[in-house]
Amino acid sequence: MSEINNSMTQSSLNTATTSAYEKWRLLKDAIMRRAVVAGGLSVIFAIVVIFFYLLYVVYPIFLSASAESVAQYPIPEENAGKTLFLAIEEQNEIAARFTDKGQVVFFEAKTGKTLSQKNILLPEGVEIKSIAQGSPVGEGSIIYGLSNGQAVIVKHQYKVTFNGDKRVITASLKYPLGETPLVIDDTGAALEKIAFKVGDGSTTIVAKTAEKIRITSFEKEQSLFGDEASLVRTDSFLDMPAGNITDILVDKEDRNLFLVSDDGSLSFIDISKKNAPEIKQHLNVVEAGQKITSLSFLNGDLSLMVGDSSGLVSQWSLVKDALNKPAMQRIRSFKVSEKPVIAINTEQRRKGFVTVDSVGGMGIYHSTAERELIKEPIGNAAPVSVILSPRANALVFQNNDGKIHFWKVDNEHPEVSIKSMWQKVWYESYPKPAYIWQSSSASNDFEPKYSLTPLVFGTLKAAFYAMLVAIPLSLMGAIYTAYFMSPKMRVYTKPAIEIMGALPTVILGFLAGLWLAPFIEEHLSGLFSMLVVVPMGVILFALAFQNLPETFRQKIPEGWEGAILIPVILISGWFAFSISVPLETALFHGTLRDWFKSELGIGYDQRNALVVGIAMGFAVVPTIFSISEDAIFSVPKHLTVGSLALGATPWQTMIRVVLLTASPGIFSAIMIGFGRAVGETMIVLMATGNTPVMDLSVFQGMRTLAANIAVEMPESEVDSTHYRVLFLAALVLFMFTFVFNTLAEVVRQRLREKYSSL
Amino acid sequence: MIKSWFKSGSPWIWLNAAAVSTCLIMVIGVLGLIAMRGAGHFWASPIVSMSYQEDDGQIKTIIGEHVDTTVTPALMAKSTGFTMADNEDVLIQYLVKTGNRDLTGSDFRWIQERHIKATSTPEDMILVERREWGNFYGQLTAIKESDNVVATGDKMWTALQERLQAVLKLHDQITHLEKKELGAINYALEQLRLKQKGLELKHAWNAETAKEFADKKAAYDVDYKKYQAQLAELHQQIRRDSLVATTESGVELVIPLAKIVEVTQPNKMGVFAKIGHYFKKLGEFLSEDPREANTEGGIFPAIFGTIMMVIMMSIIVTPFGVIAAVYLREYAKQGFTTRLIRIAVNNLAGVPSIVYGVFGLGFFVYILGGNIDALFFPESAPAPVYGTPGLLWASITLALLTLPVVIVSTEEGLARVPKAIREGSLALGATKIETLWRTVLPMASPAMMTGLILAVARAAGEVAPLMLVGVVKLAPTLPLDGNYPFLHLDRKFMHLGFHIYDVGFQSPNVEAARPLVYATSLLLVLVIIGLNLAAILIRNHLREKYRALEG
Repeated sequence: MSEINNSMTQSSLNTATTSAYEKWRLLKDAIMRRAVVAGGLSVIFAIVVIFFYLLYVVYPIFLSASAESVAQYPIPEENAGKTLFLAIEEQNEIAARFTDKGQVVFFEAKTGKTLSQKNILLPEGVEIKSIAQGSPVGEGSIIYGLSNGQAVIVKHQYKVTFNGDKRVITASLKYPLGETPLVIDDTGAALEKIAFKVGDGSTTIVAKTAEKIRITSFEKEQSLFGDEASLVRTDSFLDMPAGNITDILVDKEDRNLFLVSDDGSLSFIDISKKNAPEIKQHLNVVEAGQKITSLSFLNGDLSLMVGDSSGLVSQWSLVKDALNKPAMQRIRSFKVSEKPVIAINTEQRRKGFVTVDSVGGMGIYHSTAERELIKEPIGNAAPVSVILSPRANALVFQNNDGKIHFWKVDNEHPEVSIKSMWQKVWYESYPKPAYIWQSSSASNDFEPKYSLTPLVFGTLKAAFYAMLVAIPLSLMGAIYTAYFMSPKMRVYTKPAIEIMGALPTVILGFLAGLWLAPFIEEHLSGLFSMLVVVPMGVILFALAFQNLPETFRQKIPEGWEGAILIPVILISGWFAFSISVPLETALFHGTLRDWFKSELGIGYDQRNALVVGIAMGFAVVPTIFSISEDAIFSVPKHLTVGSLALGATPWQTMIRVVLLTASPGIFSAIMIGFGRAVGETMIVLMATGNTPVMDLSVFQGMRTLAANIAVEMPESEVDSTHYRVLFLAALVLFMFTFVFNTLAEVVRQRLREKYSSL
Repeated sequence: MIKSWFKSGSPWIWLNAAAVSTCLIMVIGVLGLIAMRGAGHFWASPIVSMSYQEDDGQIKTIIGEHVDTTVTPALMAKSTGFTMADNEDVLIQYLVKTGNRDLTGSDFRWIQERHIKATSTPEDMILVERREWGNFYGQLTAIKESDNVVATGDKMWTALQERLQAVLKLHDQITHLEKKELGAINYALEQLRLKQKGLELKHAWNAETAKEFADKKAAYDVDYKKYQAQLAELHQQIRRDSLVATTESGVELVIPLAKIVEVTQPNKMGVFAKIGHYFKKLGEFLSEDPREANTEGGIFPAIFGTIMMVIMMSIIVTPFGVIAAVYLREYAKQGFTTRLIRIAVNNLAGVPSIVYGVFGLGFFVYILGGNIDALFFPESAPAPVYGTPGLLWASITLALLTLPVVIVSTEEGLARVPKAIREGSLALGATKIETLWRTVLPMASPAMMTGLILAVARAAGEVAPLMLVGVVKLAPTLPLDGNYPFLHLDRKFMHLGFHIYDVGFQSPNVEAARPLVYATSLLLVLVIIGLNLAAILIRNHLREKYRALEG
């Protein structure tokens, strides 16, 4: 009001301001036009942003790894001896060089500057014959096998302290079993090959001398009096020739021992009883004529990676055979190079590994995902020693050029590949390849299993059973409501059913899980008998109604069949339930559930696909009903009237004329309903057991993509592989519904055009 | 004749009619089930005392409320391990809420009807609603004041009620002190700490500010000590009285009045007393905080959180929805672009809600929120302020989710405004935006209202995305309180729908919480159906109005 007053007084006083006001009005118009256009287009923008954001989060899991040289420097303290073994700590700041003169040189990984040099206490005049990393690798224990039959265990450890805001890492050496060398072979024979496992309670050392393979184990035993613990030693020998053994590995559980020999054979020995090792299996792990050139445990020590002289790396794991006996079996193999694989270095936290061949070709792989992430030369000959950092983000190696190289490795998500997500994968300690979704566990060595197949299967299964319930109910309902029902009843029926769609799905899910599931479990036979009895009851009633006297029939107005059927359905439903118990006693000699289990072997899960089908069907009915009812209702009247005039019965007109014309609309209704069933979260979350099984049985549960996201998303770490895979699940859902909705919308727009021309 | 009847297709028409009837039965059945179970929860049911023969032949007394009955056919009962006599056709079992969880370990037990020897409803049975351990059922024996018995016999009941009233008042005072006064001081201290850290980050922290802050802190500490003293005093008082009651097995139990919410004698109540009690309980349900891991008490924070979220969402979604609809109807040339937008709108409506949750969590919470934190709240690091799920992000996510509802509804409203009105306005020299603002939009406002109502109904019932972007099972503070800046958009909140999921499926005592879940469901269903009916009414009214205009 004041604005108008203002402009009026101004216009009478001064025409110049009027034109300014006019300008302002036009400006306002122009600004608002732009704003509205921007606002309208922002809807497209929103959907595009959602799509690209999901894609942006998912994309990195398909990226290859990258590795680049950061620094190279001359070998620090070269006079300390030749490098036997390299090590690097978690933060990639300090590396260590273990030499053949019993020296340990700690140096800055990025510059090569010597930080400290330590001398390992070795007896006079004794040579280091062998060196090995202890199992588990993350402990940082090293064993030296000496020429006089003794062994020394050292542990390199790193302490992190904070000096203000600055992180300071200090390296030190520790002797877990004491500084005096352990006498392994009392005859004084040189320990040519050695392997060991360290633990709080026990330590096991397996050593090969020229003739024998001996297993020495130290068990820590608490003495009765005092805190002093004493070491109890057990010695035993393996009953097999030692001559050609080239490599030894002991797993971190102290249970399995693996030996390989130069003829390419692998021996698997059970050493859970230290005094009586049991040779379980000898087998050939390489092709004839090839040699085993490298050997390593994969993280978790459940499988062995065997590299051979033909450049093939194969994964061998203990698989339980038909008799439930564990035996080594080849799970998969990688063709890494044309040249012999001289070193395999496994990651400490994932199932990845690095290979190096005899001409300096390096490759990074992930075993279960079967991915080759990098293949790149790091030199032109076999490197002296290679080590992958504990976090698998750096590679340190000494080349034959006399330099140490420090490479940065960027390899965030090796564990996911198209194959590992959609195809069967043979996981360690599983009897055969399978589709498995198992994203987390309490154990540290656990390998996450990201197969989306069981989730997609579960999603489609739930949607399928929901549609099985929803399509007949909603389409038949729509046909009747749009075409046969009296307008008066339609006014109430349509909103009543549409309000069903507004019911929060969390309430439907709650009822399905806590009320319907136990109810169906108890009244399974009643439900099945209802499926038969109710339609029969309806037909019988209709027949009886048809034969009633004309005068009586006319009292009920046309198009109210739906209303008078309500008591009929209730009564026949009640009848179905009451006959179900005697019926199942007579037919199945017990409950139907037991019969399914004993006769057909179909187990019954309380929260199953049947419950989900009914509950989600209930949620989808209004969607399909409403859209298809609209489609049927808007079929032009002259078509139906024409058909009726030509003598067709109402039902014939319905089937041959109306349904055909409305079919695109019905199609789009079903598409939209299906899209809704696929994406529904709360009902499946609450009405199924959420176990990701692949079982078509209607009495078994499932886990859907949507429920899986709801369950696991709050616990997943941001930007981890798990997080990204969950985003991929969301993207799959998005694309799925996008396709269905777009299809439905295009069909609907076509239909609208067609009707407008009719 | 039957053959021709079948041929005519009549049976099919009947079957189609049956489908409609089935749908209607299902709708009414579900609503009826929720209404019955939800509304029945607050009715004071009688406490029954039964002499029951246990499996070992002993006769024991069981006191409790009858909750549920199951009838199992003999055969099925046999297969689950019951011994049935030949003349028994069915096994009738009652679920009885026996309470006294602190003594027996569970709230409920199933008993077999055939083993009940006698039933009575003694008038002196009391139901004690406790703050811990659930309900107590038994008989009152004495009232104590710091270990001295002060009332027995007939006087007990009135004495108990008087003392309980006093204790409840004390309890209110304690809650007020703890939540309001101490809460405000804690909040202020936290703000002070953040301010100090902020100053330190800006290198503006010096002796002067240090002194100023120390003074403020000292002032708060004085207040804090004062309230602590008051609290100690109140705690002293509230612990004084207790009641003594005997259970079904004759065990005497002393219950401090401080741990009691209410003591009733349902068997003595008349119909009017029960009605009064019903509304009292209903009021408590709507206005109180939950107790015992959400399985008892009220749902006020959930109602409040839902309303806050819905209001925030409406503020965001309305302008966007209306502008998009105005563009589609008034500005855009009908063609490829509008088709594209319609497809986009339909897709927005069809995208599963959980995908919105995922998007909201990644994009709004981690990207937007994370950047807001880095820019504006460096002092709170490493604790996130907006970089964690909260009310703001939940509202924005749901606004995106409900955008199509508002667009479609507004568009329909705009389409119904007769062309003549626009042309008339333009002919009088109004610009397009003036025409829209002064004539078209006001006429279409009921349609916008409809859209908004439907959006609100959808948002109130949506749970899946909220689980990811801000809802928690128990929020310590409401998003709106007396501490500056009053509205805390970064806080997590409770929500009715999530409350149903959480209490129904994640609570440690599902059986005890079930009536509460039904009651919460009933409330949610009533709100949503009410909103939907309102939308339908407005829409119908609108249609009538424009029909008159066009005619």
